[in-house]
Amino acid sequence: MIRVSVDPAPIELGVEVAALEERGAGGVATFTGVVRTDDGVEALELEHYPGMTEAALCALAEAAIDRWNLLGVTIVHRVGRMTAGERIVFVGTAAAHRREALEACAYLIDRLKTDAPFWKREWLAGGTRWVEPRTTDTEAAATWA
Amino acid sequence: MAISMLYFAWVREAVGTGEEQVDPPEAVRNVADLIDWLSQQSDGHAAAFAEPARLRAAIDQRFVPLDALLGNAREVAIFPPVTGG
Repeated sequence: MIRVSVDPAPIELGVEVAALEERGAGGVATFTGVVRTDDGVEALELEHYPGMTEAALCALAEAAIDRWNLLGVTIVHRVGRMTAGERIVFVGTAAAHRREALEACAYLIDRLKTDAPFWKREWLAGGTRWVEPRTTDTEAAATWA
Repeated sequence: MAISMLYFAWVREAVGTGEEQVDPPEAVRNVADLIDWLSQQSDGHAAAFAEPARLRAAIDQRFVPLDALLGNAREVAIFPPVTGG
């Protein structure tokens, strides 16, 4: 019931959602992160810590299952270089009732931002820059403690 | 005490490599000690580790605070705060 994937390949939204629907749940909640185009960013590059990343995402999925009554959890994170408009992350939850699916989905994306070893680099016309963490992300993750 | 070091993002770029084997002296007991000792190894290390407040760490693939004891650590990673999602 847990699917975790860290892959340079594009995220297949339909395939991921369909797999969650097949869990036989009453509801599926999903979050899709898409590469933004603001500030002249042409592309985004995602670096990660192979081995630790997958373990951290599995631990997050297990924590969600301990907290809510879930029938399925999927976390797919893309790595490598991607351009504006492409999907960077997908989080999906399946549960008997909507509240559990929606809350668990919000929990997973909030905690993923602070608890998994990924680093973003922006590609602009004039060069590249590493993205700094946002205080609001740390605060959002802390609300689930 | 041989340790496999891993570096990510701008820390990796400043050091000039993503991984290396190190053998710090016994006086190096926690991650902060290790960062201080590493910073003396080259100009790149010095640049990467100049501001420990900007650094985060993992011991054997678990996030730890910089005052965490190394103990029998086999793999230590030093990196900037994470920015996934």
